[in-house]
Amino acid sequence: MCLGIPGEVIEILEDRPDLARVSVSGVKRAINIGLLTDDPPVPGDWILIHVGFALSKIDEQEAAAALEFLESIGKAYEDELAALQESRID
Amino acid sequence: MRFVDEFRDAEKARALSAKITSLCEPGRQYKFMEVCGGHTHTIYKHGLEDYLPENIQLVHGPGCPVCVIPMGRVDDAIHIARRPDVLMTSFGDMMRVPGSGGNFFDSNAEGTNIRMVYSPLDSLKIARQNPDTQVVFMAIGFETTTPSTAMTVLRAAEEGLENFSVFCNHVTIIPAIKAILDSPDLRLDGFLGPGHVSTVIGCRPYEFIPRDYSRPVVVAGFEPLDILQSIYQLMVQLREGRCEVENQYSRVVPWDGNIVALRAIAQVMELRPYFEWRGLGFISHSAMRVKDSYADFDAERRFAVPGVRVADPKACQCGEVLKGVLKPWECKVFGTACTPETPIGTCMVSPEGACAAYYNFGRFSRQRVREASHSS
Repeated sequence: MCLGIPGEVIEILEDRPDLARVSVSGVKRAINIGLLTDDPPVPGDWILIHVGFALSKIDEQEAAAALEFLESIGKAYEDELAALQESRID
Repeated sequence: MRFVDEFRDAEKARALSAKITSLCEPGRQYKFMEVCGGHTHTIYKHGLEDYLPENIQLVHGPGCPVCVIPMGRVDDAIHIARRPDVLMTSFGDMMRVPGSGGNFFDSNAEGTNIRMVYSPLDSLKIARQNPDTQVVFMAIGFETTTPSTAMTVLRAAEEGLENFSVFCNHVTIIPAIKAILDSPDLRLDGFLGPGHVSTVIGCRPYEFIPRDYSRPVVVAGFEPLDILQSIYQLMVQLREGRCEVENQYSRVVPWDGNIVALRAIAQVMELRPYFEWRGLGFISHSAMRVKDSYADFDAERRFAVPGVRVADPKACQCGEVLKGVLKPWECKVFGTACTPETPIGTCMVSPEGACAAYYNFGRFSRQRVREASHSS
């Protein structure tokens, strides 16, 4: 829950500018980007996600490093991804 | 992939380790607290203690949000969930945290409907889909998750949802650090500041630590080399007689934090006069509650909550582990009566808890240390 997970912004939803379709380890889900209004992400940007909300923008290298770290911790990240897979934010 | 390669580079870790060792003053013992459970996880997973000289000790802090929830709050949540009109939602980490009569899974076996969700926004969706049911979100976490709850309440208010509320258990890290600094049990030489919490609160809130307590703070990232680099920065400060807040994780943490997130929290929530932390007791102004202006979304006002206080089980020493006074393996029930499968204490529940992290990764390395010392 406290883990920040990196995701790549695929698109900003046309009718909902506070939501982005984001790819996290291949799982594509809607993520709220309303906390980044000072510096809104665009498709191709990487973000750090906590419980369905993007908290910060990161660069691709940091995203790769964060992902590597998460994959190394095993079950906690698998559980987080499984929970994300069930998520249907709108 | 530059960072990945760098952090995997054991050469770099050894070089940092040598630099850290060279800064140690002969005969002096150093104790640094890593506040965040994510750091604890990295330290055990990668055996970072093996890279440090013996006179530097890492002490685990209270930064595991599940670990600090007292049993009474679990009981209160279950009390709300027992109402026939209530569907409660919770992060998965919280499901196995024991209350006095069992955890959320046990409670569900007796008829409550407590569902796991990934995000508070998923709870909001459930509320929309079930207009005749009161959906209560069990809100927990430090400042990493507080803005999400605040934003969800703002959204619920905007939509005029009448069947959604939050049982607010959000805690704030600064008063807990202060409580530890004021505790006579432990003398610390510096802090590794939490990475993700700081993306929200920034680095300024730690400035009281050098100013009032003369201890350095380095906000640290989560990779093994981040942690070693941060320990190195703490050692340099001590060696040079400096005492400041430094940001080793500036590639993610802005000095001023996330202003939008802080504004959302301030709009919806305010500090409670006091809150009970597991193991640390009551700490003033250490947790958030929903403001009067959003009272309709506050489960504590919508439902009668008994507000019970339950003492921790006698065998459990989570309090000492959370304060850094005991190492996980020094607890009487560690690894015997208390395991990740059947946790007695909260530190064994969450993967960020010091006991769970040590149980999963640490014991092998410690075992090696014991074998080495026996054979020598």
